[in-house]
Amino acid sequence: MKRVYVNEKWCLGCHLCEYYCAFAASGEKDMARALKDIAINPRIRIEERDDISFAVSCRHCREPLCVKSCLTGALTAQDGVIAIDGERCVGCYTCILVCPYGAVSPSENGAVQKCELCVKNTGSPACVKGCPNGAIVYEERG
Amino acid sequence: MPVNYIHPDYEVIRNPDRCVACRACERQCANGVHEYLPDAGKLVCDDALCVNCHRCVTLCPTRALKIVRSGNTYKENVNWSGETINELYRQAGSGGVLLSGMGTPKPYPVYFDKILLNASQVTNPSIDPLREPMETKVFLGAKPRTVARGKDGRLQNNLPPQLSLSMPVMFSAMSYGSISYNAHESLARAAEALGVLYNTGEGGLHEDFYRYGKNTIVQVASGRFGVHPQYLNSGAAIEIKMGQGAKPGIGGHLPGAKIIGDISRTRMIPEGSDAISPAPHHDIYSIEDLRQLVYSLKEATDYRKPVIVKIAAVHNVAAIASGIARSGADVIAIDGFRGGTGAAPTRIRDNVGIPIELALAGVDKRLRDEGIRDNVSIVAGGSIRSSADIIKAAALGADCVYIGTAALLALGCHLCRSCHAGKCNWGIATQMPELVKRLNPDIGYMRLVNLLTAWRHEIKEMMGGMGINSIEALRGNRLMLRGVGLNEKELEILGIKHAGE
Repeated sequence: MKRVYVNEKWCLGCHLCEYYCAFAASGEKDMARALKDIAINPRIRIEERDDISFAVSCRHCREPLCVKSCLTGALTAQDGVIAIDGERCVGCYTCILVCPYGAVSPSENGAVQKCELCVKNTGSPACVKGCPNGAIVYEERG
Repeated sequence: MPVNYIHPDYEVIRNPDRCVACRACERQCANGVHEYLPDAGKLVCDDALCVNCHRCVTLCPTRALKIVRSGNTYKENVNWSGETINELYRQAGSGGVLLSGMGTPKPYPVYFDKILLNASQVTNPSIDPLREPMETKVFLGAKPRTVARGKDGRLQNNLPPQLSLSMPVMFSAMSYGSISYNAHESLARAAEALGVLYNTGEGGLHEDFYRYGKNTIVQVASGRFGVHPQYLNSGAAIEIKMGQGAKPGIGGHLPGAKIIGDISRTRMIPEGSDAISPAPHHDIYSIEDLRQLVYSLKEATDYRKPVIVKIAAVHNVAAIASGIARSGADVIAIDGFRGGTGAAPTRIRDNVGIPIELALAGVDKRLRDEGIRDNVSIVAGGSIRSSADIIKAAALGADCVYIGTAALLALGCHLCRSCHAGKCNWGIATQMPELVKRLNPDIGYMRLVNLLTAWRHEIKEMMGGMGINSIEALRGNRLMLRGVGLNEKELEILGIKHAGE
């Protein structure tokens, strides 16, 4: 299955992936309209210290701890993509506690949010498309 | 003048309706133009620091930024232009020589733009390159004048070493040091993928790049940095750099601050020491001296590598080229005055040398007249901007062209002409690791391959239109060219007719 991989060597720490992520999730046509005057809450986050930076988002683990820990079945693996059903999530945040990558986070509406590879919005990961330096790639790696 | 104030040349215009304060501009500007004010939740900029490299404009996800001429003006004066006045103020304040990067921006005539190509109509039908074979392959090197046969009557191979190129383009000399590791890697990988050559420039060859040897021209310049037997033998050809179009008659100076780590090792000089290339080669004061170096290098490489001699296009270029063609060199590279540079004194760059078109035509004619054109191949450089320039250069007598600036543009360069500052926001003309990593060679090499692939298609289309099916048949074919708006003397030097004739 194709996954999002991150190559820290080429990450510039420009944080554009975060903005493209937030824009993709907004459903708006225009980024300025979508993100103007708001604090974004993206599903991908840049980790950085000194000269090193890299993006972190859901790994779509083969044995996902978040899915195992979900009380309500809101998190499911669908063809390898770990998806969140906001209707079923009760906001217990167990998934946030168990995710070893910190890739699940609370959202504005009470349910948790996580990267779903943009399957529900633009079709292919917006962070990958928006990365100016090929530091985030979407590919098959066995 | 107590106050030395120069108004910024550019203004960064931010559309407040579109800016989402993502701060990409702030994070990506090595010059510190943009600054985020947390209390106000907005970005502000200091125009005075802007070099107009367009990094922020290009990365801004909402297209909220643009850079415009500031428009501040002195009292209008054709003789004392604003630029001239500012340069004078700058020197009055600093006492220093003005430095510039890249080629001259001055409005000298671009002869390529005053030359038009022919196309077939009715007779000598044009050729469709999508249906019929079309050859862009070229071989650089001295060509034998005679067919030699042995006692048994069999043909003897008396062909001097040749460079085989899939198309008549090479990446011109840009040293590791003047450009970054990633820029070099992009050029090397692209040359390998395309079947052409790139050039080390005068910085030696980084150990990682020896594996691209068969696509590498190793340069020997006046500073002789990084030259050793393995280096000479690792490339496909050796280039002796006598001069550079952007700065004929002067040497080079890579500041000690850039001579660190790998660069110091590759150049074989101590860390922190300035790399100063003298203006002349101190062992070359005549064609005979040049011949000695040519043959020293041939001797060092068992006569297996062609030797290129690169000169700047200057007033007596034809006579100089005639000498070089008799020196044993296999290829002459001529670099016109619009050629790029990492750093040159502004006055030299903008006032010394001659246009490549005139130099090329003059050299080709002189060598033909003297019957020594086959002694050498000719490579033309110094602002080849498109496939049309290549076709015109070929028809003026070039076997091949060098592209430098065009290649850097493909890698992201926006011609801000601030290479000498060492803070290239595109990761090209810099050695700062956080900037170098901005050029991902996986992307860079592909863009170079794309560019030359596109040019190759266009070359075939233009040749096909002229009814010519190989670039070698186009070489020196001035009947395919006509001038527009050129005077008699210019036409005579170019060896072409005026349009309508």
